[in-house]
Amino acid sequence: MSFLTLENVTHHYFGKNDYTKALDDISFSVKEGEFVSLLGPSGCGKSTVLSIVSGIMKQTSGKVLLDNKPITESELAIGYMLQQDYLFPWKTILDNVLLGPTIHNNIDQKIKAKAIELLEEVGLYNVENQYPPSLSGGMRQRVALVRTLITDPKILLLDEPFSALDYQTKLKLEDLVFKLLHAYHKTAILVTHDIGEAIAMSDRIIVMSANPGEIAKTFEVPIELRNEMPFLVRRHPKYQSIFDKVWEELNKNETQSV
Amino acid sequence: MANKGDHILFDKHMQGLKREKRIVFIWQAIILVGFFGLWEIASRTNWIDPLLFSSPTKVYNLLIEKLTDGSMISHTLVTLFETLAGFIIGTLLGIVLASLLWSSARFSKISDPYLVILNAMPKVALGPIIIVALGPGYIAIIAMGAIISIIITTIVVYTGFREVDPNYEKVLKSFGATRWQCFKSAVFPANLPVMISTLKVNVGLSWVGVIVGEFLVSSEGLGYLIVYGFQVFDFTLVMAALILIAIFAAIMYKVVERIEGWLIKHTT
Repeated sequence: MSFLTLENVTHHYFGKNDYTKALDDISFSVKEGEFVSLLGPSGCGKSTVLSIVSGIMKQTSGKVLLDNKPITESELAIGYMLQQDYLFPWKTILDNVLLGPTIHNNIDQKIKAKAIELLEEVGLYNVENQYPPSLSGGMRQRVALVRTLITDPKILLLDEPFSALDYQTKLKLEDLVFKLLHAYHKTAILVTHDIGEAIAMSDRIIVMSANPGEIAKTFEVPIELRNEMPFLVRRHPKYQSIFDKVWEELNKNETQSV
Repeated sequence: MANKGDHILFDKHMQGLKREKRIVFIWQAIILVGFFGLWEIASRTNWIDPLLFSSPTKVYNLLIEKLTDGSMISHTLVTLFETLAGFIIGTLLGIVLASLLWSSARFSKISDPYLVILNAMPKVALGPIIIVALGPGYIAIIAMGAIISIIITTIVVYTGFREVDPNYEKVLKSFGATRWQCFKSAVFPANLPVMISTLKVNVGLSWVGVIVGEFLVSSEGLGYLIVYGFQVFDFTLVMAALILIAIFAAIMYKVVERIEGWLIKHTT
């Protein structure tokens, strides 16, 4: 009853004089409503996994299935959030939020009302006619979140969306995203190099190692932590023990590759 | 109390700015008056050959005479029209060409060496060929004004297209946008500032193309007057045409600058 499945996905990057194997035989699956984190050092190919799942990049071999269909055949399935908000500075907040509907040519009053409603839900009031430069980094990332959610994606891909924010904003946004994803029962994959963030937000953590990118180990987050808000997870007595286990695994991979 | 002190400091600062502005303006006026004054004196006292270098009063009288009989106005209008047309065509075609290059990576690779050659080549050297091809007349001169700015616009705008942060395209592609939609909603608007900044460069280039074009072939326009004055040894006429060119080129530049400011304000 898996929702998203990757089967033996391998990817190469071809350069002028050589090639690199970015991903080697990646297989995992995600259940509907599940939150999975990909954790690993930089260069382990975790962002490549997201690009492939989103259909922006085509894997050199292997299969990606969403709801038992190849990912390229499913429409409107993916919401992608990047490290930075990448709001278009020359568009108003509302036009930025409505980017997806604009591309699919279904702009009407209903979707506009929904956009404003969603903006309010993430705590942004009366910003729809402002331009991105007048908003703070945290607000902009929240706009980007709304832009992702408005097309009602089946699966959310979060590519280190909190890494460019200051620590306080990051913790607050983690809670907000967590709350929203649970409320709408969304499936999500988070790419991060922050162990704490991975534990706080996800149900399962896939640790990857680099050169080539492989899955090193998968950790199930204890059930008590899963339904707790990310901010509270960090204080939970069970938090430290899983943190130590993940830390150990990451370190082991690092010493191997050095 | 402190507030009042702040105000006094601010007033002083504003006064300083005003004073600086005045000093700059006075110097600018001194240079202008000094240049024409010195020219007049040098010409009257035969420091310079008045036959070759004319004098401001002679130029002024000629300008008034030719403006009142209307002949200068028609020459000026012809040149202005040719320059504007060349400028607009050159800029627009440059942008269209850059868009075509962006739309096909293969086309861009194929054209690369030709663009390099065309860019490196002094475009005015193509003058005779253009005139032979298009016939002596407006069309050839407008083509000269356009061709001089087209290639550089293409290269600058195309480079701008390619430097747009690929993550904007990634965002659009994640929504399933086509390449054309990416171009329309990210690549092109992100580059408006680049395109606008080419306007200012192009307006100067178009003047060069048109004047050279008029040098080569034409019976009208300010460039023609310069060549004609040179041939009949009437340097007062040459100077008069030069002064008109300077004035109108400056006005055009300022207008484009205004448009640029307005466009930047309303598009970004």
